[in-house]
Amino acid sequence: MLTKRIIPCLDIKDGRTVKGVNFEQIKDAGDPVELAALYAKQGADELVFLDITATVERRKTLSDLVNKIAHKINIPFTVGGGIKTEEDVSILLQNGADKISINTAAFNNPSIIKSFAKNFGSQCVVLAIDAKCEEDENWYVYLNGGRVKTNKLVKDWAKEAVDLGAGEILLTSMNHDGTKQGFALDITAQLSETLPVPIIASGGGGNEQHFLDVFTKGKADAALAASIFHYKELAIPDLKRYLHQQQIPIRL
Amino acid sequence: METVIIQYNAGNIQSVLYALERLGVNALVTDDSEKIKSATRVIFPGVGEASTAMQYLKERQLDQLIVSLKQPVLGICLGMQLMCAYSEENNTDCLGIFNEQVKQFKPDTISVKVPQMGWNTITRLQSSLFKGVDENSYAYFVHGYYASIGTHTIAQTNYILDYSSALHKDNFYGVQFHPEKSAKVGEQIIQNFLSI
Repeated sequence: MLTKRIIPCLDIKDGRTVKGVNFEQIKDAGDPVELAALYAKQGADELVFLDITATVERRKTLSDLVNKIAHKINIPFTVGGGIKTEEDVSILLQNGADKISINTAAFNNPSIIKSFAKNFGSQCVVLAIDAKCEEDENWYVYLNGGRVKTNKLVKDWAKEAVDLGAGEILLTSMNHDGTKQGFALDITAQLSETLPVPIIASGGGGNEQHFLDVFTKGKADAALAASIFHYKELAIPDLKRYLHQQQIPIRL
Repeated sequence: METVIIQYNAGNIQSVLYALERLGVNALVTDDSEKIKSATRVIFPGVGEASTAMQYLKERQLDQLIVSLKQPVLGICLGMQLMCAYSEENNTDCLGIFNEQVKQFKPDTISVKVPQMGWNTITRLQSSLFKGVDENSYAYFVHGYYASIGTHTIAQTNYILDYSSALHKDNFYGVQFHPEKSAKVGEQIIQNFLSI
């Protein structure tokens, strides 16, 4: 049976992880390769690396890092941040990334979804959406790391992107992100039940129950989290054992 | 004595190369027919679309070459599908090493996603390719088409229905999953292939 996936996310700046981590087993808490290897060993099903470097050197730094990760890691990984052109994608895939994630660039120029899917295959095109539920109770798409509001509804944009060739949706709820109060179950379930591609839920995972809820009530195919794993508030092996006990199909 | 990865227009070659490196094997990535012919072992990877990949292989006569190989050959994902007789993906006649047919997943409900993406179990394991691999081990899959079950099936997986997650005939092996991305289990399977 196909399992639900647990995906740790690492924020990268200038080739280093941004938030410190709290693992005794790790010598250098800022080295993304070392942290990635530890997560892979602990049973993470995939990894996501989001690059937030703003310098002109970013492309070279990122492709070097991706190459190092690919040499070391024996599970699939996605790379996102600043990807705009086919050349950007090509360099990352050639260096060993399995998937790339796009967000603002795809919203501003949706045709890149189509060209990336055509040239590299839908299976490696992840559309990331930063979503916020407004007072009118509708979910809207936000851009530029959540700083810019659009008038586009999340369900409309997700549908358009999938029609253009996006192979997976990484949905982050801005309302829930950082709260540790649980994932956004309603919008996750809505997308999962209406779209033919996997939905990765992100934002709000704080304990085991939240992950159970996002897989059952939220109908998510995968769940992503960052700081609760980095700060060992929740260990991946414990989380996966719990989900397995709760009859969720999971890889142990 | 060399392991060769066939270079063609279907991606995923780097990951296979690095996985071999982690096992201490420096493979050669090439589309040179002489080098492929003289290799100890040949890996035929691939992520992509069947008809485009077959077209590319034919233009370079790699189709005839692959069929004629006598050393151990491992097809991965699309590579395995291309080793079958026929694929429904754009009605493509494939290499015909395995007589199994490649069909499209057709879910009854939208809640079942196609392509299948993620970790699934491999069962009914046969052949030395799976030496030391437990029944119901997890492997990483990404595919929208599957090979039916037939006489060459050496592993099965269920997604919507039971299908072949590995095939074997003579010196030819094929796996639908990505051993290079399947953690320890995948490493064991690659290691087994290198020992055949």
